[in-house]
Amino acid sequence: MSRLIRTITLLVIACGPFATGAAQDISRDDMRSLDGQVQEIKSDVLSIASDLSNLEERLLYPSNTQVALFVAVEEDEDFRLDAVKIEINGELATHHIYSFKELEALQKGGVQRIYTGNVATGDHQLSVTMIGKLKNGTEFNKTDEFSFAKGVEPKALGITLAGPGLGKSGIQVGDW
Amino acid sequence: MYRAPLSGIGLLLLASLASSPVHSEELKDLYFGEALYYAYQGHYFEALERLDTEVSQHNGLDEPELDTLTYHMDDAEFSLGDFELRYRMHHRAGRAITAVLEGAVDEVVRNDAAYRLARIHFQKGQMEDALLALERINGKIPESIREDIEFLRANVYLAQEKPAESFEVLKRLQGSKSFGGFAAYNLGIAYLQDGQREQAIEQLDRAGQIATNDPAELAIRDKANLVLGTILLEDGNYDSAMPYLNRVRLDGPFSNQALLSAGWASLSTENYERALVPWSILAEREVTDAATQEAMLALPYAYGKLDVHGRAALHYGQALDAFGTEVGKLNESIESIREGRFLEALVREEIRKDKDWVIHLRSLPETPETYYLMELLATHDFQTGLQNYLDLADLRKKLVGWQSSFDSFDDMVDIRHDHYEPLLPDVDTKFRELDSRLRLRREQHKMLVRRRDDLLTTPRPEFLATREELQVLARIEHIETQLEGASTPFEGALVQRTQRLKGLLTWTLETEYHERLTAFDQNLKQLDEAMTVAQTQYDAFVRSRQAATHSFEGYETPISRLRARVSEAIQRVDLLMKRQGRQLEIVAIDELMARRGRLENYRDKARFALADSYDRATQAQARSEVQ
Repeated sequence: MSRLIRTITLLVIACGPFATGAAQDISRDDMRSLDGQVQEIKSDVLSIASDLSNLEERLLYPSNTQVALFVAVEEDEDFRLDAVKIEINGELATHHIYSFKELEALQKGGVQRIYTGNVATGDHQLSVTMIGKLKNGTEFNKTDEFSFAKGVEPKALGITLAGPGLGKSGIQVGDW
Repeated sequence: MYRAPLSGIGLLLLASLASSPVHSEELKDLYFGEALYYAYQGHYFEALERLDTEVSQHNGLDEPELDTLTYHMDDAEFSLGDFELRYRMHHRAGRAITAVLEGAVDEVVRNDAAYRLARIHFQKGQMEDALLALERINGKIPESIREDIEFLRANVYLAQEKPAESFEVLKRLQGSKSFGGFAAYNLGIAYLQDGQREQAIEQLDRAGQIATNDPAELAIRDKANLVLGTILLEDGNYDSAMPYLNRVRLDGPFSNQALLSAGWASLSTENYERALVPWSILAEREVTDAATQEAMLALPYAYGKLDVHGRAALHYGQALDAFGTEVGKLNESIESIREGRFLEALVREEIRKDKDWVIHLRSLPETPETYYLMELLATHDFQTGLQNYLDLADLRKKLVGWQSSFDSFDDMVDIRHDHYEPLLPDVDTKFRELDSRLRLRREQHKMLVRRRDDLLTTPRPEFLATREELQVLARIEHIETQLEGASTPFEGALVQRTQRLKGLLTWTLETEYHERLTAFDQNLKQLDEAMTVAQTQYDAFVRSRQAATHSFEGYETPISRLRARVSEAIQRVDLLMKRQGRQLEIVAIDELMARRGRLENYRDKARFALADSYDRATQAQARSEVQ
């Protein structure tokens, strides 16, 4: 019996589970063909998603009223962003609490579209509050007010956030 | 027979693919940044959707060079391929990366693209193509992928069963921070593939001693020791195998197998007591593990060899019970998979939030079907099928969400239509009035501008006379006309007085001419400003009017088309999920049946061995009583 058991042992080390005879009932061609079809449907759904986004944008945020706000963060190891709150003309537009993954994506250079909405052409007030923690555990909270002019074309504003240690204004807003 | 090296390659490539997309340039395009934001979180569908749209829009521009994406265009096209690859769309990724490779791009970008293309071919098992892509790499190579390229090259050679060609590449990687441990192991495997057993043993010995704290490298170090121990065990060098098996960490992923082999090595040299140590540890571990199950049978076998038949019988009894329970569990699992619960478990949200979700499947309550599938879940083909199934499930969720939004869109369009439609005729009437008034004002404005321009070249003071002055002038001219035909005694005096008045007026007009022209010009400028405001308001009105119409017109066709496409896509996804799910279930059931077959075999052996042990124990007891 020991010889039989040992042979089994060696086989278990040598072969992956897919090498078992029973699993060969499904051919590699079948798998490949199915994989190809899955890739095709992914492509089709991506195309639908793109068309749907365009439709949504036209329907919900026409260009003459569209305003989009984007958030980026400056690299700063001494500051951890926890949340952002944004008001337009004194009304809450959005607030966002960051997950670890989201924060990491921002720190790597990603840009978050935090809000898309509609405002009339003309001048508007923007209030940005960032809430976070410093490396020593102290809470950090900062609010800045900005004004921006909305023209007839879609407006995209980039909000760049930085901790207090970088020596610049913590919140900067600029046109993109 | 020896196939461990190939599974090693799979593991190592996976490790090298796990890195994140990297983009170091300063960001100039928000939308590209948005795509990266999703990609960095592993949301490649969203990243692709954003970037695909952005790149298409950029390519459709009349002057794309003015668009901010121009700064990142090479990177964006490259990222498209990269994201597609990560979203397991190898066909499209290959096309996208080939396009980059054949475009007029920087050497560094081209080499990066060639590497990624090679990686795609490698994953698809197209080794010749992978090598061709690697051969296209020349000139400046990005530092971050220099070692990845070499490691991939070595893996391609190994997969092509050309181990000798991988020797040099792997030797160069021995000192690598990222790949040192893996390269050391792979070099040992390469020697083994090449039939150079002695070198293989020496190399695996080195790979089994590397100093590291990295969990992946620790695992590969264990693997090197386990493989080396197994080779020696196969050769019958049982004592030599022991030190290598003992090097395998007790808490590592290969510890069960190492404990099992260590027991067999001791047993083979008839050192039964020593065999008891690893097997006793192993027999207490997770009962679903194949090595544990084998140890449960091997342990009493060793006790039997030591003539401790009572204890052997006890352990055989325990094994018999455990195998019975496990066979029952496997039966339940097979049944459960047949009822579709395996696929239900796989798509459970709470499981997939963690990157080690496959491991947690084991601890998922009410899902016995997952207990025995850990090894299966780790294989490349099953992983591909599984990932496809999960991707399809995600797509389905998205599509169903979109499908429900079409009704809201329809409602929105209807509400806007009902709101604006009655208002528009009145608005249009007022607009026409405003339009004609504004046209008139525009003409008047143009006339005044012409007059000012004429005055600048040909001064005409009377043109700048006030209304009063014009009246006075008309009166004087009337008096002059009357005086011409009259014969009165005062005629001379009257003419003189009239001329004096006229002269006074002319004097005023002439002397104040420049002042008046300046005032006229200033007034005209103010009028220009007023006209600009009026025109802006007019334009805003036109836009608002158009926006009102655009807010409800022209949506019917695109919405109904998209609705049909989404509905058709859901049907296709359902069909594919069914087929993919069926494939997974078949493979899983096959695996479980194989495990059940093995366990039933063990159970039979345990049953006979139990009876035998009882007999021997009874005989031994009888003998001792006689004595």
